[in-house]
Amino acid sequence: MAAIEIMGLEKSYTTGFFHNKQKPGLKPLTLTVEEGEVFGYLGPNGAGKTTTLKLLLGLVFPTAGTARMLGRPIDDIEMKRSIGFLPEQPYFYDHLTALELLDYYARLSGVDPRERRAKVTRALGRVGMGEHGRTQLRKCSKGMLQRVGIAQAIVHDPRLILLDEPMSGLDPIGRREVRDLVQELHDEGKTIFFSTHILGDAETLCDRVAVLNKGELRGVGIVDDLVREVKGDVEVVWTGTGAVAAIEALGARTKTTGDVLRAVLPEATLELALDALRQNGGRLTSVTPVRATLEDYFLARIGDSDGAANSDEKGSEVRA
Amino acid sequence: MIGRLWAIAFNTFREAVRDRVLYNLILFALLIVGASVLFGQISLDINRIVLINLGLTAISLFGIIIAIFIGIGLVSKEIEKKTLYTVLAARPVRRWEFIVGKFFGLVMTLTVNAGLMSVGFFAAVLYVSHGLGRVDLPLVTAIYFILLQFVLITALALLFSTFSTPIFSSIFAFAIFAVGTFAEDLRGFAQMAEGVTRGAMTFVAYLVPNFAALNVISQVAHDTPVEPRLVLLNTAYVVVYAGAVLVAAVWIFERRNLK
Repeated sequence: MAAIEIMGLEKSYTTGFFHNKQKPGLKPLTLTVEEGEVFGYLGPNGAGKTTTLKLLLGLVFPTAGTARMLGRPIDDIEMKRSIGFLPEQPYFYDHLTALELLDYYARLSGVDPRERRAKVTRALGRVGMGEHGRTQLRKCSKGMLQRVGIAQAIVHDPRLILLDEPMSGLDPIGRREVRDLVQELHDEGKTIFFSTHILGDAETLCDRVAVLNKGELRGVGIVDDLVREVKGDVEVVWTGTGAVAAIEALGARTKTTGDVLRAVLPEATLELALDALRQNGGRLTSVTPVRATLEDYFLARIGDSDGAANSDEKGSEVRA
Repeated sequence: MIGRLWAIAFNTFREAVRDRVLYNLILFALLIVGASVLFGQISLDINRIVLINLGLTAISLFGIIIAIFIGIGLVSKEIEKKTLYTVLAARPVRRWEFIVGKFFGLVMTLTVNAGLMSVGFFAAVLYVSHGLGRVDLPLVTAIYFILLQFVLITALALLFSTFSTPIFSSIFAFAIFAVGTFAEDLRGFAQMAEGVTRGAMTFVAYLVPNFAALNVISQVAHDTPVEPRLVLLNTAYVVVYAGAVLVAAVWIFERRNLK
């Protein structure tokens, strides 16, 4: 079963003094996230990631389209017992301690009173806040609040967890701990949908990712497949200085170490570079493909969309 | 549902208490003790009248101020700080449950606050009158009416909080309280007008909450009993009026995009 099914979901906001202008927040979006997946929702700031999450969670209402989570319509209140959510830069009731806050949320989620205390303690322990349960939240650092935020998202043992920028505000150790926790939740069979603009996290954790820009879905798929779509660079290593000028003329960056020269150039220009080497007496040592990263794919798609935005105002749909 | 309402109400109460709202009790205690000692010099009858007027007016005003200043932020502050995202987004909490829970939480805060003030007030009356008896029962009715005022103003502040900023909400709430205090006079003026003006004025006079009918402080200060019929009518009026205001608040909040 699909954990999230988004069908033509669209949101535009009215702006202007007389509420007579429309500002698109999300262009028609169709996307499916399977149960048990870790799904990364990528995009630069203002791309529409948070708007998508707010639409799914009923905080804002769609202009058009529908969506389902865990097989139920998004306005089904009972479905929310099985959902966990971490907002971006979470802010909590700072008069409460971490224990009190989680107890409050567990009550609202309908956790059995007999299990509540144990679940609250376990959730705090899982995010490394076990020793700070009695600390008032107004005395917590940003990183501690982020951990509490993750704890409240999992305290009621949800099947689907939506995280908006979960690594925000965390130091490198904290980020690794959150990555480990996401992996742990994934191993338990939970579905995790998280938005981020930190691509390294997405590349490490996600089964699949979607790229969003200016409210428009620009690509979706398995990370390795997407990366393969990007035309990569190649590294050429040779000896003999005669060919440097000719290879640099092809747009390559060269580096000399002793009498060994290296150049990284676009794969499309490889044949021209090899010709230049032959003609200028260079001795080829190796040719190695430079692996494209998710960042390369991301930048390529964002670039596409910036170009397309000028010619296509209608928006597009990409089916997962 | 009851469990969720109670959890939201109790959290609202706890927040108010921890934000030191009950510190106003210290000011109230100083006022009452000061007044009792000061008016102890005056003859017995006037002493009692002044104390009752001062004490009950203080209980009412302190509560109204707290109701407005907390009430106007009940929803707007949660939207601004995004604390309600974690309540409404991923918990089986309906928007109306959030509004109603918040309402009862603040009413609970005001009731506890007024209850503690009332203990101090009756202690002062005991000190001044050298005893408490049946003659003091109307004082309980007056305090009950003050609680009804709190219910009304809390509902109104909460309504404004669902669509307006705290500054405008507080202006609206204080203005409507001030106008409502003169509701009886407004109704009188309306009767003196003619034609369309009379209809419009009557409509406005009955639309504003009638805080005047809930103020029997002067009456009880002079030991005049309050008719049981008035207690029933005022209770029914507040239940219907506050209920209608809450329905309006829920109607607006249900349709609001929480950006």
